Amino acid sequence: MQRFEERPLLKVENLTKQYGPGCGECSQPGRPGLIKNYCPSCGTVYACSDVSLDVYPGEILGIVGESGSGKSTLMQCLYFDQDVTSGTLTIDDPELAGENLFDVSSQRKRYIRNHKYGMVYQNPVKGLRMDFSSISNIAEKQIAAGGRHVGQMQSAGERLLDVVSIPLFRMKEEPRNFSGGMQQRVQIAKALSNDPPILFLDEVTTGLDLSVQAAVIDLIKQIQRDLGISMIVVSHDLAVIRMLADRTLVMLNGRVIESGLTDQILEDPNHAYTQQLVYSLL
Amino acid sequence: MVMLEVKDFGKRFTSHHLNTTRKAVEGISFSLEQGGFIGIVGKSGSGKSTILKSIYRTYLPDEGEIWFDSERFGRIDLLKAEERQVIWLRKHEIGYVSQFLNVMPRTTARELVEQALLGMGESHEAATIKAEQSLRHFDLDERLWDTFPNTFSGGEKLRLNIAIATVKKPRLLLLDEPTASLDYQSKLKVREVIEKLKADGTTLVGIFHDLEFMEGLCDCVYDMNEKALRGMPEVQR
Ligand SMILES: Nc1ncnc2c1ncn2[C@@H]1O[C@H](COP(=O)(O)OP(=O)(O)OP(=O)(O)O)[C@@H](O)[C@H]1O
Ligand SMILES: Nc1ncnc2c1ncn2[C@@H]1O[C@H](COP(=O)(O)OP(=O)(O)OP(=O)(O)O)[C@@H](O)[C@H]1O
Ligand SMILES: [Mg+2]
Ligand SMILES: [Mg+2]
Ligand SMILES: [Zn+2]
Repeated sequence: MQRFEERPLLKVENLTKQYGPGCGECSQPGRPGLIKNYCPSCGTVYACSDVSLDVYPGEILGIVGESGSGKSTLMQCLYFDQDVTSGTLTIDDPELAGENLFDVSSQRKRYIRNHKYGMVYQNPVKGLRMDFSSISNIAEKQIAAGGRHVGQMQSAGERLLDVVSIPLFRMKEEPRNFSGGMQQRVQIAKALSNDPPILFLDEVTTGLDLSVQAAVIDLIKQIQRDLGISMIVVSHDLAVIRMLADRTLVMLNGRVIESGLTDQILEDPNHAYTQQLVYSLL
Repeated sequence: MVMLEVKDFGKRFTSHHLNTTRKAVEGISFSLEQGGFIGIVGKSGSGKSTILKSIYRTYLPDEGEIWFDSERFGRIDLLKAEERQVIWLRKHEIGYVSQFLNVMPRTTARELVEQALLGMGESHEAATIKAEQSLRHFDLDERLWDTFPNTFSGGEKLRLNIAIATVKKPRLLLLDEPTASLDYQSKLKVREVIEKLKADGTTLVGIFHDLEFMEGLCDCVYDMNEKALRGMPEVQR
């Protein structure tokens, strides 16, 4: 049998993120005594424990899990909003080859964010400046990515707002005036404005009404098809994951407890928690 | 040339909630030549769908071997194939059709077929042309091409399903009761479609309720009860 010579674009090994110092109790191997992800002796939260994953070129990787399972923390670690406690991150890019990107300087992390990454936060307040116009929000990211030509940036920004169906006559408006769905779409436009090869989407459709949800999902699919961007899509909604992701990881208490082809996770779940998650939906 | 070889395949399901493990099927062995068509028969719950879903890896098989002759990977055991290999095979070499249309909402029939082609790396131009050819080939009314399939009749949905699964010219096509819930006229249409696929050289494994429907189409039948292949029985009239 021939192997696949395909290499992951983004590779995470044993990412661990704890909030708090840890103590004698919770530092033991296997971390006995935790309640979910929390050490009752010292109050440390183990938000992500030993998370490993691969994202291949052009694929959408889904991550599901209940509230508090560590999904947003994982995304924020990958986006360098949070420092990891331990772990490695590598990206298959000639500019970044062979380095653990969690260990590089903050300057270099900023470079990666500006040139390789797009991020859509669960909470639009984190991803947008609510008192800047939509087009300025996009311009900010374009400038960070090295954009200098105002006319070109403006027209690229308009094109992106058009892609996400924000009417051009509203582009000078501040996102704080927009509905939740519109804010998410401005975030997506902003995230795409540096042509990133990697996009992180944290609960992009949560809290939106169903028709807006469908439009955002269509948009993400279209972006993947037309631009071939690799994405990690986090959602606690299995229906969203089913529509978007080829492969899915299930997180519980900061750990990846099951992973597989998305339809296999949904139709033949193996872990007790995944079974509960899937069957509670049926 | 053998396209598919199932050896001592078995699958069990564990329910943590009920604290049970149940064998859905075991000891399944058969093989299928390129261009051949096997029908699987057996009573409800005997494990027919489980076999097809395990070949497609919607179920994670846990016993035996399922060898597939892949154009890309050579002879490959689908039980052990990597996830990314399975995704590749689904995009290019193995199709799965059931009576259910499981597709992106708010996507037109034409777009769905085009997306299957774009997914395997075809250009937009080629996808447009091939999608139209395929929709025409399977007799989907042209007025339906640019509408959403949630309003289609059972037979229309099915022909769209088959168009989506076959535009990529899969080497192997799995059919799980595609004719269930169709009226006789629609069933005849599906029969024609399958004849076309056979004529194109597609290798097929199918589950059908009514043996009569398979007459003259299947090369042989795998009987879940006897756990053996046999020739097509004469249909009583
Ligand atoms: N800054 C922080 N300080 C301390 N604990 C934190 C901090 N941020 C997150 N946590 C804790 O880490 C755990 C994981 O939180 P996280 O936001 O990653 O979960 P999530 O899976 O994204 O949940 P949700 O589905 O609700 O968005 C939680 O127990 C949370 O309380
Ligand atoms: N995802 C699943 N989880 C748990 N048990 C399952 C699952 N799928 C099938 N089974 C069990 O495996 C056995 C075989 O089911 P399967 O669907 O393969 O039968 P079938 O021969 O296709 O039946 P039918 O003719 O009714 O479609 C049944 O007992 C069924 O309950
Ligand atoms: Mg979150
Ligand atoms: Mg069945
Ligand atoms: Zn502790």
